[in-house]
Amino acid sequence: MSNNFLSWKANYDTLKERKGPFFTVSSVPIDPLYAPGHTVDIDYQRDLGNPGEYPYTRGVQANMYRGRLWTMRMFAGFATATESNERYKYLLSQGQTGLSVAFDMPTIMGYDSDHPRAYGEVGRVGVAIDSLQDMETLFQDIPLDKVSTSMTINAPASILWAMYIVAAEKQGVPANKLTGTIQNDILKEYIAQKSWIFPPDPSMRLITDIFKFSKDNVPKWNTISISGYHIREAGSTALQELAFTLADGFAYVEAGIKAGLDVDDFAPRLSFFFNSHTDFFEEIAKLRAARRIWARHMKGKYGAKNEKSLLLRFHTQTAGCSLTGPQMENNIVRTAYQAMAAVLGGTQSLHTNSMDEVLALPSEKSVQIALRTQQVLAYETGVTNTIDPLAGSYFVETLTNQMEEGAEEYFRRIDELGGVLGAIRENFFQQEIADAAYRYQKEIESKDRIIVGINGFVNEKKDDKMELLKIDPEVERAQVRKLIALKQSRDNIHVQTTLTDLKEAAEGSDNLIPKIMDSVRAYATEGEIIAVLKDVFGEYREQAVF
Amino acid sequence: MNKTRIRVLVGKPGLDGHDRGAKVIARALRDAGMEVIYSGLHQTPEQLVEAAIQEDVDLIGVSVLSGAHMTIFPRIKELLKEQNAEDILLMGGGTIPEEDIAELIEAGHVEALFTPGATTTEIVSWIRERVKSYE
Repeated sequence: MSNNFLSWKANYDTLKERKGPFFTVSSVPIDPLYAPGHTVDIDYQRDLGNPGEYPYTRGVQANMYRGRLWTMRMFAGFATATESNERYKYLLSQGQTGLSVAFDMPTIMGYDSDHPRAYGEVGRVGVAIDSLQDMETLFQDIPLDKVSTSMTINAPASILWAMYIVAAEKQGVPANKLTGTIQNDILKEYIAQKSWIFPPDPSMRLITDIFKFSKDNVPKWNTISISGYHIREAGSTALQELAFTLADGFAYVEAGIKAGLDVDDFAPRLSFFFNSHTDFFEEIAKLRAARRIWARHMKGKYGAKNEKSLLLRFHTQTAGCSLTGPQMENNIVRTAYQAMAAVLGGTQSLHTNSMDEVLALPSEKSVQIALRTQQVLAYETGVTNTIDPLAGSYFVETLTNQMEEGAEEYFRRIDELGGVLGAIRENFFQQEIADAAYRYQKEIESKDRIIVGINGFVNEKKDDKMELLKIDPEVERAQVRKLIALKQSRDNIHVQTTLTDLKEAAEGSDNLIPKIMDSVRAYATEGEIIAVLKDVFGEYREQAVF
Repeated sequence: MNKTRIRVLVGKPGLDGHDRGAKVIARALRDAGMEVIYSGLHQTPEQLVEAAIQEDVDLIGVSVLSGAHMTIFPRIKELLKEQNAEDILLMGGGTIPEEDIAELIEAGHVEALFTPGATTTEIVSWIRERVKSYE
């Protein structure tokens, strides 16, 4: 540090400081001032590079938002395929540029709508999809060669993806024209989101089968969206989100290589999904560091030659866990700041939460405000006029470096536990996240951390009543009736034949995707396909820690 | 059985995996000196009631973020009644709209509901108050 800085610091120390503590949303302490001494080691070529150049700290494209804005992609789906289809058409007509499908819990867990475990949950938090028939309805009159579709589905991803490919086939759209993403990230399910079905080994096989099938047949598809979002929502810090997500990413790369693929055959189709929380600079630093770490490991450790294998492309969603029930309108403001952080962090696509998502699926009005938030950001604020405008900031570069160093430290600890699967078995991630979530809650209760409307600036007067979206219980009954009718009208002998074939393939080592597609084409239901695979693969059980 | 500590089953029914709230509550109750059993995920109401009876708890705390609260709470209450275990209190938390809270409480399907923003201190004192008055 220069003498100038030291004399400033001496002066600063004599001055009054308001009551802190001064820390990020992840409880990382922040200095009052960052100066050249903090970033003395930064080498522009080595650490930043121009946008679109290694190590991609400044962005994955040379032109970033000067070329094309991020994709405004609002996650939506509720009730039945028919109602969700209408919401998608509405969103597309409002200027949204990509679709993002939310499934209900029975679909996510592999149960058909008529299964006893599905009772009360059909169509509640997303759309119910039992068979190809529902998938066809979901995308009726939406040309699948024109839109890109993201599907938030993990344990049964192979089945829903197969349904999408076959639905497109029926529209006359060949698989090689399809663009979109399946989340398909089972590791973060074991770590944080907890929507698993099968044990880790067969789950990883399904994922590498998808990598292989995609390479030859659906080359423009993002086969996985390696997700930090849920890790963060479960209560992790920004650094944990970064480190655990990238560790998962490297685990998939290693699985692909082990399955006999060349790293460059599948790495270009890996994509990521991050959270954008309220701590503005911390989030930006996290996203910049993520690109740099990924590029360095892919090149240095995994020997990727294709430049596209080095690019960490990601979707961002603002932080659902930051939203408050009281004074719900304030969530619009939180979401706007979070969205700006995501854009300054160089996201490729963005979902902005609606203010009422803290209590229910969003109403149409609140979804529109959330989408308009992105449009104001894109067209009015000017943050898109230049690329990576915060590069060179002493503060942002220091935080970015700290993120990288902290992540590398976590990678070492995960390696010591036997890699990601070993660390899952040891409950390492689960305990780290639970500890961070608990600390955060304690900080709020001690008022070390102020959340407006919760433990500060609380309104005496009750909030005005907000119109929330309600799911009619009739939705479940109608879906069950539709399913029963399907089971009566299809060729059940053919369904059984395809399911028997699938079972044999699962017991062997053939790629399962073509077999799953055969069952899907015969209108076998998701639950029937899952049941066959459970017979062969078994089910996962966790030892819960708190 | 002579109980010296309040015993709580923290339960996570339904198919979703949103266990952050359940775990934070479980830990806060443990830190407040209660005996806490955490059910783990994906429990049915039947499984929760069975565990509550076996573990001889004073209270079940149930976290619901799946939107299924209008079926889950009445079902647990009903099962407690069927098993003659109505002395076990039922509280809940999660993303539950205000009008649903009013309906569930008025109908006696649950003793108390806490939504995002409730503090663990609040919940701990509610439990102490209710379990004491019960004894």
